[in-house]
Amino acid sequence: MDNFCWVYDANAISGDVSLKNMFNKIKHYLKSLTLYELIIGLGLTGRYFFSKKITIQYPEERTPQSPRFRGLHALRRYPNGEERCIACKLCEAVCPAMAITIKSEMREDNTRRTTQYDIDLTKCIFCGFCEESCPVDSIVETRILDYHGEERGDLIYTKEMLLKVGDKYEDQIAKDRKEEESYR
Amino acid sequence: MDNIFPQFPEIISTTLWTILKIVAIVIPLMISVAYLTYFERRVIGFMQGRLGPNRVGYFGLLQPIADALKLMFKEIIHPTKSNNVLFLLAPILTIAPAFAAWAVIPFDAELVLSDINAGLLYVLAMTSIAVYGVIIAGWASNSKYAFLGSLRSAAQIVSYEIAMGFTLVGVLMCANSLNLGEIVIGQSGGISQWYIWPLFPLFIIYFISAVAETNRAPFDVAEGESEIVAGFHVEYSGMAFAVFFLAEYANMILVSMLAALMFLGGWLSPFDFFPDSIVWLLLKVAFLLFFFLWFRATFPRYRYDQIMRLGWKIFIPITIFWIIFVGFMMQTPYREMFH
Repeated sequence: MDNFCWVYDANAISGDVSLKNMFNKIKHYLKSLTLYELIIGLGLTGRYFFSKKITIQYPEERTPQSPRFRGLHALRRYPNGEERCIACKLCEAVCPAMAITIKSEMREDNTRRTTQYDIDLTKCIFCGFCEESCPVDSIVETRILDYHGEERGDLIYTKEMLLKVGDKYEDQIAKDRKEEESYR
Repeated sequence: MDNIFPQFPEIISTTLWTILKIVAIVIPLMISVAYLTYFERRVIGFMQGRLGPNRVGYFGLLQPIADALKLMFKEIIHPTKSNNVLFLLAPILTIAPAFAAWAVIPFDAELVLSDINAGLLYVLAMTSIAVYGVIIAGWASNSKYAFLGSLRSAAQIVSYEIAMGFTLVGVLMCANSLNLGEIVIGQSGGISQWYIWPLFPLFIIYFISAVAETNRAPFDVAEGESEIVAGFHVEYSGMAFAVFFLAEYANMILVSMLAALMFLGGWLSPFDFFPDSIVWLLLKVAFLLFFFLWFRATFPRYRYDQIMRLGWKIFIPITIFWIIFVGFMMQTPYREMFH
């Protein structure tokens, strides 16, 4: 017999000539000649042909999202309209991709505020450390996952853009934070 | 034949009429090829629990047109140090026989472009030429993957051509004719008279060899995307690639058509109370083509030495045995079973 083993049934290629082995051999040859295993395989794919399809047709249908989903960033405000960020720069320090750039100054009312708060989304790895480190829940990651830029630099989000995202989705953001409160 | 265009002399009129008939075969063929690619993606998608392309047009029906447009506008890249003439000749050599073989296919008792007596021989000759396209493509690309692919393909197509030829010998013995139309007529009398019954093993072997001849999964070692990227057409892009693609699918339809003609009674209806019609032929071809897609969704690729073993050590002995068996039976009182 050939030294490369194409037979999956080891008995069929051994030198054993007992009656039982002969029977096994014949069974094996009949099985391969009638394409038994192949028909079983075709039956399996044939059943799947009529199975329920699991495709989610994306823009119309979406997969469920966790309240902890880490998508596009947002800067939040207090209900009175004051921005939360106090420019402690913890997020800038913790950011492993160094995607956050912050500059701060003293405002007229003697509070420390940011003058620049940029997140480079092309660098960001969406780890969520900035959100975790924030003492005032200012920088958060929202559920938004489909956004785009059309020109170079469009994905560097400035303070104004981030605040706008925060203003727009505040209800959802607040609801998600509330839901996860007890785990933090 | 009557002079169809009386304003022209006989010879021009005949040529014009033939060209019109060729167009009438090639255009529907091209459309079937386009939609076969669509159905392939849908069927394989369904078998994998997906939906497949369903975005372009209703149910994705315009997808093949979008694909064709995309390929037409893409650049054909010539690899450095490739042989330019051969590089462009290869796709032509692949597609020309795939279309030329259709000249002798009878779609109906009357509907055949050229009703020649050696029709089957002509088809065999044409399908054999197609291997040159693959070999030349691999050679002219100056790429090791393309070269490996064409080597594999050459060995595979040559091996399976023999088994395929032997299965056709069985059909010839039953039909006593090389003319495809007469082979079909020999099967008239309902489903029980089709050659698939006396020649069942040959039909199975023909169909498996056909899958191997067209380089389709599970015999697609010539492409083998997981081993040699895309095999013989790895260096092709744009329309040149599209032509290879066209040829592969045209060949699939051709071998299914031949199987339908030789084993499944061509345009003859399976039951006496339905009229014979081209619709039956198309239904049979569609049924066989579905198996090509089904195989691709089911079986993993054959190992190279297993392909060779299957072709040489299993198919050829079985076909020879069955031919002798048919010949023997024809000398016995049971010859009616084999007509």
